[in-house]
Amino acid sequence: MQTLEPILAEHPFFKGLKPEYLQLVTGCASNVRFNTGTYIFREGDEASQFYLIRHGKVALEIFAAQHGPITIETIEAGEVLGWSWIFPPYRWHFSGHVFEPTRAIALDGKCLRAKGEENHDLGYELMKRVAQIMMDRLQATRLRLLDIYSDLPGGRL
Amino acid sequence: MTAPLPDPMLPERYRVQRVSREIPDTFTLELEPEEGGDIPQFATGQFNMLYIFGVGEIPISISGDPAKRKPLVHTTRAVGTVSKAMRDLKPNDIIGVRGPFGSHWPIKQAEGKDIVIAAGGIGLAPLRSVMYHIISQREKYGKTVLLYGARTPTDILYRRELEHWRAHFDLEVYVTVDRATGSWKGSVGVVTRLIPRAPFDPQNTVAMVCGPEIMMRFTGAELEKRGVAQENIYVSMERNMKCAVGFCGHCQYGPNFVCKDGPVFQFSQIQGLLSKWEI
Repeated sequence: MQTLEPILAEHPFFKGLKPEYLQLVTGCASNVRFNTGTYIFREGDEASQFYLIRHGKVALEIFAAQHGPITIETIEAGEVLGWSWIFPPYRWHFSGHVFEPTRAIALDGKCLRAKGEENHDLGYELMKRVAQIMMDRLQATRLRLLDIYSDLPGGRL
Repeated sequence: MTAPLPDPMLPERYRVQRVSREIPDTFTLELEPEEGGDIPQFATGQFNMLYIFGVGEIPISISGDPAKRKPLVHTTRAVGTVSKAMRDLKPNDIIGVRGPFGSHWPIKQAEGKDIVIAAGGIGLAPLRSVMYHIISQREKYGKTVLLYGARTPTDILYRRELEHWRAHFDLEVYVTVDRATGSWKGSVGVVTRLIPRAPFDPQNTVAMVCGPEIMMRFTGAELEKRGVAQENIYVSMERNMKCAVGFCGHCQYGPNFVCKDGPVFQFSQIQGLLSKWEI
């Protein structure tokens, strides 16, 4: 039977991961798909999984009274959806709203946390990869905070 | 006997054909020579000095089709005294035009390669002429990817053309906004986040980038991270140009004059200057 290992190996998140770790991680993975308009998770729910997006588009949303849902950013093919699974209290900070039909690999957070506790080398490897994503998103958020396209004196910043 | 070269400091009179509003603060001017005839030939990425008599003169990139002999097309934002006066022009008004000036996008060197066009905000205007050229000579180029970032959905420039380009089976068009509003169901995030997922071969790619300087700095870095060589990344700089021919020094940028040596530079030429406080 074909496993998800080759698909995981191709995804940027797991690129270059040692084969023995990949095998461990594959035991926590499953194939999932979501239709447009559905919510993969809601703000405040338990974050028991995270997702490697293969195709499609998911919006991270926050709900604001009198405004309704506000899209913070979109997560698309090749990207990772969710890091709340790795940090207590393991609750989603935003909701995941499917904008386009999405195919993904779901990874069981509890399963990965347990394997990372057993094997700290794997745990460190996962933590480095999650930290990289967090850093990339932080940098992107900083750029957005600069509001570089606004009508500043002198035109372009 | 050869005819004397036209004086680059002497504006030609052009008649306004049309002023069209693109997005709330941005408009496109279509001009034709008052005396008739064709507009001067220009290369993609070059700019003209547009002169509103009695108000002032400003540099604006040419955003029309380089294969067309008229009209002369410029898109700009109404942000200063001159550009605001320009926005209020009416058909048949006369303005002064000097140019075209400056360096151009490397469309010849890019033949046979994949193309990444990355634009932010009004930075799409100087790159529109590249899109026209590539579409008209599609067989000469590899995969072509347009990455465009705007502030909000209502700030998306040339929206109809973007939709038209997106419908081409041989063009990849990705649009993202920094802030989603209304019923926007497209991508949300900075334009640099489009780079990892864009389909191109970094070893065989020429990238052309235009937008706010910070956007170009981060886009250049992200392209390099993806594997595009610095010498294959080009950016278009903007400075306060006055004479446009390298005499006055207003637009000096390190060892370069943006009007004469630019506005299009190899990223490797200017990357070290982009974070210099003194410049």
